[in-house]
Amino acid sequence: MEEREGNSAAKQAGLRLCCYCSQRKPALKRPKTREQICRECFYDVFEEEIHKVIMDNHLFRPGERIAIGASGGKDSTVLAYVLSELNRRHKYGLDLFLLSIDEGITGYRDDSLETVKRNEIQYGLPLKVVSYKDLYGWTMDEIVKVIGLKNNCTFCGVFRRQALDRGATLLKVDKLATGHNADDMAETVLLNILRGDIARLSRCTYIVTGEDGPIPRCKPFKYTYEKEIVIYPFILEFYYILYVSV
Amino acid sequence: MHLTLEFGGGLDLLCQSVKIHEVDVPLMSETGKMKMRDLLAWVRTNLIKERPEMFMKGDSVRPGVLVLVNDCDWELSGGLDMELEEKDAVVFISTLHGG
Repeated sequence: MEEREGNSAAKQAGLRLCCYCSQRKPALKRPKTREQICRECFYDVFEEEIHKVIMDNHLFRPGERIAIGASGGKDSTVLAYVLSELNRRHKYGLDLFLLSIDEGITGYRDDSLETVKRNEIQYGLPLKVVSYKDLYGWTMDEIVKVIGLKNNCTFCGVFRRQALDRGATLLKVDKLATGHNADDMAETVLLNILRGDIARLSRCTYIVTGEDGPIPRCKPFKYTYEKEIVIYPFILEFYYILYVSV
Repeated sequence: MHLTLEFGGGLDLLCQSVKIHEVDVPLMSETGKMKMRDLLAWVRTNLIKERPEMFMKGDSVRPGVLVLVNDCDWELSGGLDMELEEKDAVVFISTLHGG
């Protein structure tokens, strides 16, 4: 009886410690693995897993100029922070830049551009803002005034893709990194299955795309869970601008 | 019971754009204890002014909403059945937004 009680008390104590260090009290259950983990181990593991993805997939080479697609949202802000940290810690030897697109949507883009400008200062990464107005002579607000709210997403999507490429060319970078995460990958796979788009389905989860084009793009967060991207800055106590898709 | 509630990830939009709420929640049960499920019901009735379906689904928070109590994941402490204490700080963060 005593032995059983002793064992269960030990088990209780064991359950209350971080699975990684077995020393500190856990702060969360990792969405990716369901393991109980303390703050310190969480950000170590989060950062080092991304480092491993970068290494295993040979995403970068020393001396490369890399533009980080920065919208001011959670994924791109965390990407900018983590890439600049890993670049410094593991000496990737990269020249990092922030590249932001201004579609000219009043009340939407203004706030997130402020966040990216703050990031420029906080992380010491040069920022380039490319606007639809400069590139195409139209802001999204102006486009919507002419065509209404039905097909404007199509225009914006096409413009944005080109704007990123053009911005990257202006910066003379070798690659573009975007903050697409594991949840985005899963959504894309499901979307393409539902659409029956076999061609896209075979390509949509590549970690590097557009290698035959002018500016290849990569997704260092391909295996990173969205929930962990949200928790990470909270644990580190830094903030970003958010847009709820309600 | 006095609690500090924080709404992040855009959830503050459901509470008249107020991120932090210092609240006094009346104890419903005879035991004098408050479970998380009781707090959620109270929040839905008293703090959520629009689109409650963005915050809750049934008894619990909507999938995609993280709950931290005193900076610890509520899943570590029993989730809905977790007991709250005086002056606890509860944070609700939505992960459902653009990146």
